[in-house]
Amino acid sequence: MDNIYWNSFKTFFKIGAFTLGGGYAMIPIIEAEVVDKYKWVDKDEFLDLIAVSQSCPGVFAINISVFIGYKLRKVRGAICTALGTALPSFLIILLIAMFFHQFENNTVVAAMFRGIRPAVVALIAAPTFNLAKSAHISLYNCWIPIGSALLIWALKVNPIYIIIAAGLGGYLYGKYIKPTE
Amino acid sequence: MIFLSLFITFFEIGLFGFGGGYGMLSLIQTETVIHHHWLSSAEFTNIVAISQMTPGPIGINSATYCGYTAVHNGGFNGLMAILGSATATFALVLPSFILMILISKMFMKYMDTPAVQSIFSGLRPAVVGLLAAAALLLMTPENFSAPSQNPWQFWISIALFVASFVGTKFIKINPIRMICYAAFAGLLLLY
Repeated sequence: MDNIYWNSFKTFFKIGAFTLGGGYAMIPIIEAEVVDKYKWVDKDEFLDLIAVSQSCPGVFAINISVFIGYKLRKVRGAICTALGTALPSFLIILLIAMFFHQFENNTVVAAMFRGIRPAVVALIAAPTFNLAKSAHISLYNCWIPIGSALLIWALKVNPIYIIIAAGLGGYLYGKYIKPTE
Repeated sequence: MIFLSLFITFFEIGLFGFGGGYGMLSLIQTETVIHHHWLSSAEFTNIVAISQMTPGPIGINSATYCGYTAVHNGGFNGLMAILGSATATFALVLPSFILMILISKMFMKYMDTPAVQSIFSGLRPAVVGLLAAAALLLMTPENFSAPSQNPWQFWISIALFVASFVGTKFIKINPIRMICYAAFAGLLLLY
């Protein structure tokens, strides 16, 4: 009996259920299961899939699971792996959403979250600088992130327009300006 | 029609959410807090904190939580709220699903072409800006209080912000542990 559907669902469910810290923390765990244990893709192909999944929009873990599921058993395989990845978070957060409202106004929980919220803002601010380094931000192109952040924050521009403008700008720059440099 | 607007909103977030979990945050926040008022700024920050402490991608976590809360606050019962959760999560995943299948089917060979690489070269610096915007957008009186409103809480919040920034970036403290420290500090100082 072909139970690759069940195996792939189970594998990605496990990955979704046990990896804290989201996307990038999942890479070594996905690799251990998908490349080393089940040999669904080889190492080189896995690296290619990571690169494409990272550059594409959407949730990284879903992107990579759809790739592997589709490779195994086309659309039905992709449904199994995507469902496996999304289901643990969905169920956990659903439970929290259902019951958090009851605890939110509890004075102890409220005090804890008053301390947590400024820390979370710092947790988002810190990786900005790491990302700036890996995106090769220099004096010449720092106007792009600074300008985008200011447009979104101060002028309330929808980030979707920034994304479209940046993609289009990159395309036009590559097509008309770069070759003549 | 709240289900339709949840679907459209999270489909858009899935389609334009470049740069992984944190990169998506400013998009999710603009749509759910500023545009639709489904969540308050503090609620949104709580979700980010909860996402850090629970497994799974932050995009899925916020879609699930937001779908539930939006429908629940709209005055529907629990079952409809669960349906709202499912709608938002499904809508977020759908663009990835379609796009990844199209890429594996026919566009894998185009991913390395100069045109596609140029598009990404424009997107990469912008995503840095999106991430910075996500942090800036969260610096609100709801999360930090204000000197005029509650100076004690304001300065404690600033201190916790600086400590968490230095702690995770330079001392490399695990983010989950950092959140636990902040929760403890909140309990001691902001009760």
